[in-house]
Amino acid sequence: MIEESLRQYIELYDTNREEIDAQSAPVLNRHREGALACLKHLVLPRKGDDNYENTDLRAILGADYGVNVRRVQLPVNPADGFHCGIPRVATSLFFIINDRLVCGVDCREKLPEGIEVESLREKALKAPEEVERYYAGLADGSNPIVAMTALLAQDGLWIKVKKGVRVADPVQIINLSGGVNDLLTPLRVVIVMEEDSELRLLVCNHTAGGSVNQLTLSTSEIYAGRNSHLEVYTMEESDMTSARLSGLWLRQEDDSDVLVNGMTISNGSTRNEYHCRYAGTAARLRLYGMGIADADRMIEVYSRVDHDTDRCHTDELFKFSVDDRACCGFTGLVRVAEGAVGNEAYQSNRNLIGSNEARMMSKPQLEIYNDDVQCSHGSATGQLDELQLFYMRTRGLSEHEARMLLKQAFMADVINEVHIPGLKERLAHIVERRFAGEAAGCHECSFNTCGE
Amino acid sequence: MLKVKDLHAEINGKEILKGIDLEVRPGEVHAIMGPNGSGKSTLSMVLAGNPAYKVTGGSVEFYGKDLLAMEPETRSHEGVFLGFQYPVEIPGVSMMNFMRAAVNAKRKYFGEGPMSAAEFLKLMREKRSIVELDNKLASRSVNEGFSGGEKKRNEIFQMAVLEPRLSILDETDSGLDIDALRIVAEGVNKLKTAQNATIVITHYQRLLDYIKPDIVHILYKGRIVKTAGPELALELEERGYDWVKRELGEEV
Repeated sequence: MIEESLRQYIELYDTNREEIDAQSAPVLNRHREGALACLKHLVLPRKGDDNYENTDLRAILGADYGVNVRRVQLPVNPADGFHCGIPRVATSLFFIINDRLVCGVDCREKLPEGIEVESLREKALKAPEEVERYYAGLADGSNPIVAMTALLAQDGLWIKVKKGVRVADPVQIINLSGGVNDLLTPLRVVIVMEEDSELRLLVCNHTAGGSVNQLTLSTSEIYAGRNSHLEVYTMEESDMTSARLSGLWLRQEDDSDVLVNGMTISNGSTRNEYHCRYAGTAARLRLYGMGIADADRMIEVYSRVDHDTDRCHTDELFKFSVDDRACCGFTGLVRVAEGAVGNEAYQSNRNLIGSNEARMMSKPQLEIYNDDVQCSHGSATGQLDELQLFYMRTRGLSEHEARMLLKQAFMADVINEVHIPGLKERLAHIVERRFAGEAAGCHECSFNTCGE
Repeated sequence: MLKVKDLHAEINGKEILKGIDLEVRPGEVHAIMGPNGSGKSTLSMVLAGNPAYKVTGGSVEFYGKDLLAMEPETRSHEGVFLGFQYPVEIPGVSMMNFMRAAVNAKRKYFGEGPMSAAEFLKLMREKRSIVELDNKLASRSVNEGFSGGEKKRNEIFQMAVLEPRLSILDETDSGLDIDALRIVAEGVNKLKTAQNATIVITHYQRLLDYIKPDIVHILYKGRIVKTAGPELALELEERGYDWVKRELGEEV
């Protein structure tokens, strides 16, 4: 029995499989049949099921989207008129227009030796054995997002930092999706950090605006090698009509240090999953995120961190501000396996509710199977402090302004975990404008300036 | 300047102020003393407009305007300042941003544009020196991690920046060591002019050694039961509150 909301994709694949394969690479194509078989039998979790408190996968996937199987290019040149929204950061800038990687001005020249930022398809055609080693190596093929991207993704992003290479300047990827019709964009990302490598990556996810509905499906697999250092900042600023389902799959080796900070500034419906696993000892993960939801927006985060090895350290913090009729959800599981000694894991979820109709579901969880651990988890959901508001008003701030400052302040500890100079200030400004009710804060970005 | 007439107020349905009458003129320093639970802090909260308190009767005029009809921020713009007994910590909001917002809100109220960055920094420097407030504190979050003394000095610093016409200082001396007390009191004295007025709410005579009141009131059970010159504070210090209660015909 095929799920009704998946039927259109299965049929689309059946009808177009040759075209899909032709526009992709054999390494990616090899996984399609398996994904097809999986999707034919997959029972999609219902909204309200465990780990899917807010996400209605059937409704999101059931909408009638087109897929750009022939990969017709958008009539947009992203480099035209692009002004970096993040001043003072010398970034190498790339665009992904739907699923196609496009270089910004000079971005190749700015990259140092030893880092590859390429189209996943092109890399898989050039060096199939290398991509084969990593592609679909971490992501669980039975996960709905993973299966959908395995079936339909034709391209995506490949980043590799070679052994010992420390990339000083951050790399920025601007992910733009959109078109003239309702569109589903499937995307696969592979990031390989070899031993002793270092990279800071900023990924901005935007939609092109307008009245079309868009669904982005993204599966990222990240390999953090021994003693590597990776910071990944993802920011979403998209339209109310957009939906985004993403999964990040991370594997960390000995002494690696990874920071992931996922910030949903504006969106329609978003589900971000983080599946993190330690495969070596003494590694460290900082997993942070924030979501700002008002109107009828939905943001859900699912995270799972598996401590199967010794002496690893996880700090996890997610914060949400929920207003109007918006719904947010946090489900986080930290699991420490039997025999995995000396682990530390601290998980925290804090939420601000701004209206009677706003909803927040929070499910922090620890599963610990040995005694030699230091772990904590906590969740708190509340309203703005009345005394703080009053104090600020006695100094002349209007109630509106006081509320705005307090909401910004609430997000400060997530923004403080941004370690790209200039980006922290920029983000603080974007968050400030978001709370001030101004339109998406990235209007410096190419898409919007193009439209002017 | 301030005319309080038969002011009644309650919190959570409990009447705390039971008919306060008080008149303050420019240039005056009033001290309001009284035992715990007499309504001193409630009076300050009601004058500053804390929405948690409900005014159930009476009137408050401030320069002829109905103070009770104003939002807390409007009262601030009009020149009422409350120095909190327990200054509120606001993690994540820097002192600088907070004060800039406060200064510019007031300017906006009077139809002026925002202050330039250079002008603002100069103002901060100038006012900080009044209470010897460390420059480091300016970059920190409002009152977060401040010592008791720093918090109180920070209140007077804000008072200096906002230049109120009427300052209500609620137990500004509580939690202060003698050096901090001197600095805070000197700060208040430096800000005193013939045009502004101060209401000092305190438990002890100690603060009044530094801030000399013109008029001393005793607040008891929600009413001002005695008003006299500075000698009243000394008498209270010497004899406690019991004699006041006895005068009111209460058993002690």
